[in-house]
Amino acid sequence: MTNDEGDAPGLDPGRPLVASGDTKPAIALSGITKRFPGVVANRDVNLRVDAGSIHALIGENGAGKSTLMKTLYGMHQPDEGTIEVDGAPRRFRTPADAIAAGIGMVHQHFMLADQLTVAENIVLGAEPASFGVLDRHAADQAIVELGERHGLPLDPHRLVESLTVGERQRLEILKVLFRGARILILDEPTAVLIPQEVTELFTNLEALRAGGVTIVFISHKLDEVMAISDAITVMRAGTTVATVNPANVDAQELGRLMVGSELPTPTGEAHTPGTDLALRTTGLRLVADGGRVLLDDINLEVHRSEIVGIAGVEGNGQQELIDALLGLTPADSGTIELGSRNLEGASTRERRDAGMGYIPTDRHREGLLLGEPLWANQMLGHQGARYSTHGWLRRRAARADTERVVSDYDVRTPGVDIPALALSGGNQQKLIVGREMTADPTMLIAAHPTRGVDVGAQAAIWEQLRQARRDGLAVLLISADLDELIGLSDRLLVIFRGAITANLDPTDITAEDLGSYMAGRRQEATL
Amino acid sequence: MTAAAAPRVLAEDLTEPEPPKKPALSPELRWAMFAVTGVAILSMTRVISGAADLTSSGLVTETLRLSVPFALAAMGGLFSERAGVVNIGLEGIMILGTWFGAYGGWQWGVWGGLAFGILGGALGGALHATATVIFKVDHIISGVAINLLAPGLARYLSAAVYADVGQGAGVRQSPPVKGDFPTITITPLSKALGSIEDHQWFFVSDLAGIGRGLVTGLSLFTLGALVLVPLVWWLLWRTRFGLRLRSVGEHPWSAESVGVKVLRTKFMAVTISGVLAGMAGVFIVTVTSSTYSEGQTGGRGYIALAALIFGNWRPVTAAGAALLFGYSDAVRLRGSSGVAVHAFLLAGAIATALVAAVAAYQRRWRSAAISATVSLVLLVWYLTTDTLPREFLPYTPHIVTLVVAATALRRLRMPAALGIPFRKGEAI
Amino acid sequence: MTGATLRLRARQAAPSVAAPLVAVALSALLCGVILAISGHDPISAYGEMFRFGTTEGSLLVAANKAVPLYLSALAVSVGFKMGLFNIGVEGQYSVAIVVAAAAGAEVNLFPPLHVTFIIVVAMLTGAAWAAVPAALKVTRNVSEVISTIMMNAIAAGTVAFLVNRWRDASETQLIKTKPIPESGWVGNLAQVSGAEKLTGFALVAVGLGAAAWLVVSRTRFGYDLRSSGANPTAAAVSGVSPKAMTVKAMLVSGAIAGTVGLPVLLSENIFHRYTQDFPSGLGFTGIAVALLGRNHPAGMAAGALLFGFLERAGQGLQLVDVPPEIVTIMQGVVLLMAVIAYGVANRLGEVQLQRATARELAHEAAAVGEPVGAT
Repeated sequence: MTNDEGDAPGLDPGRPLVASGDTKPAIALSGITKRFPGVVANRDVNLRVDAGSIHALIGENGAGKSTLMKTLYGMHQPDEGTIEVDGAPRRFRTPADAIAAGIGMVHQHFMLADQLTVAENIVLGAEPASFGVLDRHAADQAIVELGERHGLPLDPHRLVESLTVGERQRLEILKVLFRGARILILDEPTAVLIPQEVTELFTNLEALRAGGVTIVFISHKLDEVMAISDAITVMRAGTTVATVNPANVDAQELGRLMVGSELPTPTGEAHTPGTDLALRTTGLRLVADGGRVLLDDINLEVHRSEIVGIAGVEGNGQQELIDALLGLTPADSGTIELGSRNLEGASTRERRDAGMGYIPTDRHREGLLLGEPLWANQMLGHQGARYSTHGWLRRRAARADTERVVSDYDVRTPGVDIPALALSGGNQQKLIVGREMTADPTMLIAAHPTRGVDVGAQAAIWEQLRQARRDGLAVLLISADLDELIGLSDRLLVIFRGAITANLDPTDITAEDLGSYMAGRRQEATL
Repeated sequence: MTAAAAPRVLAEDLTEPEPPKKPALSPELRWAMFAVTGVAILSMTRVISGAADLTSSGLVTETLRLSVPFALAAMGGLFSERAGVVNIGLEGIMILGTWFGAYGGWQWGVWGGLAFGILGGALGGALHATATVIFKVDHIISGVAINLLAPGLARYLSAAVYADVGQGAGVRQSPPVKGDFPTITITPLSKALGSIEDHQWFFVSDLAGIGRGLVTGLSLFTLGALVLVPLVWWLLWRTRFGLRLRSVGEHPWSAESVGVKVLRTKFMAVTISGVLAGMAGVFIVTVTSSTYSEGQTGGRGYIALAALIFGNWRPVTAAGAALLFGYSDAVRLRGSSGVAVHAFLLAGAIATALVAAVAAYQRRWRSAAISATVSLVLLVWYLTTDTLPREFLPYTPHIVTLVVAATALRRLRMPAALGIPFRKGEAI
Repeated sequence: MTGATLRLRARQAAPSVAAPLVAVALSALLCGVILAISGHDPISAYGEMFRFGTTEGSLLVAANKAVPLYLSALAVSVGFKMGLFNIGVEGQYSVAIVVAAAAGAEVNLFPPLHVTFIIVVAMLTGAAWAAVPAALKVTRNVSEVISTIMMNAIAAGTVAFLVNRWRDASETQLIKTKPIPESGWVGNLAQVSGAEKLTGFALVAVGLGAAAWLVVSRTRFGYDLRSSGANPTAAAVSGVSPKAMTVKAMLVSGAIAGTVGLPVLLSENIFHRYTQDFPSGLGFTGIAVALLGRNHPAGMAAGALLFGFLERAGQGLQLVDVPPEIVTIMQGVVLLMAVIAYGVANRLGEVQLQRATARELAHEAAAVGEPVGAT
């Protein structure tokens, strides 16, 4: 299903367009409000999903989509409002209640036990058994049959750890169908897929719809939503703002509904990178224990005053590259030069002290000491050079710098003595960005610098990066956000299965082209 | 199909284009191979060193007597850790098992002791479960706390109960338990194997000795423990409860999302863990000895935990590791002069020489060189001494544990969510 | 620190201050139940404990008992700070004390130098014993929990081995090392009667505690140590080498563990030599004290004093025919209650803090007149 140039949008916020008298809604949520300590995650949400349709739920990160779906799936209870399934009012105390009502959920992060088999993962919680003894034969048979019926074949005896991402998703869907679900919730199912796997998923979803299954599809990718859904509900700031028919709107208008104003498109500014090398790697290679190649002959050059973007589907060697640059998992062979210095044998501490900044992929895992005050977090990564003399901490300097970061980067906090865990994700990220910038790096590795932050903060962080570039900073930008990559980078490299497969000019490339490089369907003949 | 695929004629029939790679030897089979090699090495050591007591039937009986507590406690650890809860409290729970087992045995005989010891173990397990599962206390901290609490409780209870009962009982010791568990001897087989064993033939007599030890004077409790190992496997890998238990240790969030009661399952698993560790304690006071005495467990709970880890969190292999530790304990107990343990040096030299040979064959020169060096050092040590310092003999299993830990090939895969506290509704 | 921040911090801290008090109260209640079940009157038992435990002499003894416990807890806490479980303090101090006793008996030095020499030997031995698990951890990835426990058992064998070789040949009955000359003794700070005294080594313990606090909170090493414990991945990214940190923390922990037996050897023990009935178990109790004091030098001091008091006061129970072993149960129960209470308190504190921060920000935003993000 594609969306043609709908000339008349016919928006009618608040009232579903597709619904008519003859179709009963599979799901009807009215007046749902859900509060968490200090935050209202959902406020007066109304949603109506027709039976046998694909209904998309879109909104920015933090718009409240996942919270709403968790409510629907019984993972927590709403503070106010009612849930109706197939016309009957329901109260779900646990996911088991939701499953019993025919609702199934495929989580964004797969909920699979790696060391269990496909069959064990599928039947878990609804095991065919007599007197508590598993009926393995019945389970296998049911899984094979279900797979054939819906075009989702999987060998029940394989260990999950051996499955590809696409297969895991198939397994997740089978798991839900096995429980007799007639209503399927998919939480950002395409986030981890390459474009070709997305196509495959959509084919599967259409087959499921044809089989009478109702699908709620959560996403923030407008193109995908337009391509697959029968109806689209937009959420913003915790509430539903409109339900529209994809035939009658275009991406621009959806975007406006999502953010409440025009989409902030990052515009590449006219800029000439410097010529001094800030970072050069030659022939970086890393092989895992099993012989799998993680990094394959990586040759990179980042100049002063240049942002080099690395695009790629997650898990294609980005983290390994970062770890090799930081010296956390040194490459098996190849060299890394920071400025004129060869980093061979240099410890992580030496590299950081030499001016290698890092905005980490996962701020909670790599970037923060959640229980420590903000000023102690300010020192993290810079305790070697900037915040200590002769082994004694320079606490006063750290506090002064933190105060400055808080005001310059608009970190919303009552003070610098508050533990980092009290801050919202966006504010934590701003603190990290500010920290890395304050330390005046010669080379910054920025991994997903705006992941999970709100639009305003995103624009601010982008502007900080541009400003730093003007001031001579070299940045290696690793991101999954194509707008960010295209908008900021002076050059764009694509990483696929541990190798750099393309070196592109961001000013003349489309997202579609980039997608096919990222999927490994295309490679440049020469680099 | 291209010509290049021609050698794969047999694969033609398969629907899958790529036949799945043939898995390496199953862990169970690999262990069986190790066991046979091990017996051969011991046999060789016996012939060369003249230390007869390395494979005798008496030693096997002793090995079983000493291995069962390790094995039972390791099975206990298996339940807990497969459900994602580290159970270093096994030691303390075992102490509760010994005290309650001895008390029950003194009052009502061995069966009463078993029942009472299980109760004590279950209480210990439930305590660990309460702290870790409900209150999310760090698993190791809770275990350490239990290991501090249990001996204190045992001491207090002894002081309260055994103060004036005589029979050698007091603050540090219980009166003897009444009776014994029935024993089983298959007389004809035992005699036949005995005559082969007496011939002292290489390998054959060793096998006969081991066989004879298994069919002579076997306690019903020992037999029960031996049967328990495959039973535990069946329970964990073939039943609904077992699947759910393993799932909460691997990915509790996934289990919760499909309606498994994660906290309840974990709680039950840790309590069962306590039951089994309690049984291990009962075994010590009814079969290994016949009274409770302070310090009796001697760190067996910790060694059981090590056996569980070396067994890669699988029942049969963990029981195998428990046997190894039990064996090393038995050898030093029977060979009081230390000659037999001294012969371990020779066994070690032969084993490392073998490892060196295999490594050389596989052209892994570095590890071959290291193993050869270790082998040489052990050999020289063996040849230049007659015995080992007797002060270290009681700690043979601990030393073996440390050596195994340091040298074992580590392709171990622990339960993915082991040690991670789980909170309800806090999906990742 | 602004007023708002102070308020927030207080809100977060309140449950953690209440936690130990609640834990002690609950434990007293629970042990009272145990006493009652076993046929003793809890009120009179507690009364006797209090009466006996608060005499001047008893308080001195309690403080004296607290000194080795404090050192032991300090050793454990260094590992805990980075999430390392050094359960091997027991083995480290028992080997260290034999070596230090034997070495101290062999030399004759100017008094302060002699004591220093003994302390250094003990610390080096403790560190050496801890080096084995450290090496196994970083080279073979062996869990320090397993290896330190095994090293404790092996330490018992080593102690027997060493004492037999270094025994005082002139002694026939008990196996002992030779006596340390008077220049190696440490006097008492206070003394009421023959056995009721407080060792001068308490000053060393206080000094070590202060030094530990300074190092942990004010130096880069301390920062690296704490970050490794709080978030090992983030610490590694920040440039801390996990292996080097493991080795350093283990060695420091072992070195402090080496001193645990010294107060007994150098001042309490009137013969100033190692005998086979030397106190054991201090390493394990130290773990409890460290947990009780939340690894904070002051908290651990309070914990050590509490345990010392319980041990001393428990001896008064014999007068009312209650087995003094109830004290061991009390210690165990207090520990278990405390770790649970701390867990609950942490959780409450976090939730409180997040709520309060959100409120504070909303307040601020309302004043300025701009909206606050939903996440």
